[in-house]
Amino acid sequence: MPQILSLGTPAPDFTLPAGPDKKLSLSQLRGKPVILAFYPADWSPVCGDQMALYNEILPEFKEFGAELLGVSVDGVWCHAAFAKDRHLQFPLLADFEPKGSVARKFGVYREADGITERALFVIDKNGTIAWSYLSPIAVNPGADGILQALEGLPK
Amino acid sequence: MATLKVPVTAKDHVQGDAAAEITLVEYGDYQCPHCGHAYPIVKQVQKHFGKRLRFVFRDFPLTQIHPDAEAAAETAAFAAAHGRYWKMHDAIFENQSKLSTDYLLKLAKSLKLPVSELRDALETQMYAAAVREDFLGGVRSGVNGTPTFFINGLRHDGPFEFPELVAAIELRGKA
Repeated sequence: MPQILSLGTPAPDFTLPAGPDKKLSLSQLRGKPVILAFYPADWSPVCGDQMALYNEILPEFKEFGAELLGVSVDGVWCHAAFAKDRHLQFPLLADFEPKGSVARKFGVYREADGITERALFVIDKNGTIAWSYLSPIAVNPGADGILQALEGLPK
Repeated sequence: MATLKVPVTAKDHVQGDAAAEITLVEYGDYQCPHCGHAYPIVKQVQKHFGKRLRFVFRDFPLTQIHPDAEAAAETAAFAAAHGRYWKMHDAIFENQSKLSTDYLLKLAKSLKLPVSELRDALETQMYAAAVREDFLGGVRSGVNGTPTFFINGLRHDGPFEFPELVAAIELRGKA
């Protein structure tokens, strides 16, 4: 079993599609805290949906100057439809080709299922992992851990 | 395990006795179908435990997927200011499929609440801060969707059908 990257590890840089004709690199966000939320798939049941929940909490994340990125192995058009349906106001990145390559770098790819784990990372403004959490795949981890980690970052 | 970070206070909407041995807190969204499903179950649970249980409802509107949830929560807060919180709470859940601002105004009228005052309160978002305070307290407590229940301060992670909820309460009530 690969290990989820933990506190103190430099976050591996990556570039992923953030839309049909848009790419985003982690290093572009250097200087700000980044919340990286890996989740198994778009279109999970509505009211317990993790991305919909984070969408509501965006103003609080912004108070820490933090950027939120969702990551799954779904393709850009799937992400676009999902984001539109749920009115998501943060980027969803497509870890689609080569499939799961970024999830693998962070130690959160489920080889047997071909999807990413449900895992959270808070990366500090210097690109170092300040907090990580691997959730049971069926359990939406909520946002309390993320907010605590953001509060713990040096100013 | 996730625990309730915001204690129940006089600011809360509470049904039942402060001395009750069981406190059931629900974080809910008036437009969420799962909360609508839980609504009669909570009533049954309250009946089942009687004076042993007090029930607290806090707002957790997911406004981006439920466009009328915020106005509904603010309307309930408005009703609370006029001493009619639970009447409005019940009326909203019992008419969940019809929710709209116009319909909320109609409900207010049927409960003999001042409709034009409610319209102003919604327009000026008079109760938005109170609703957001509930929401953020929920986030801090690990609310991860709606409904989320806390039994004596501990998050209930299982199903919330009547038998499961009763069993979970029995277990925690004794603890």
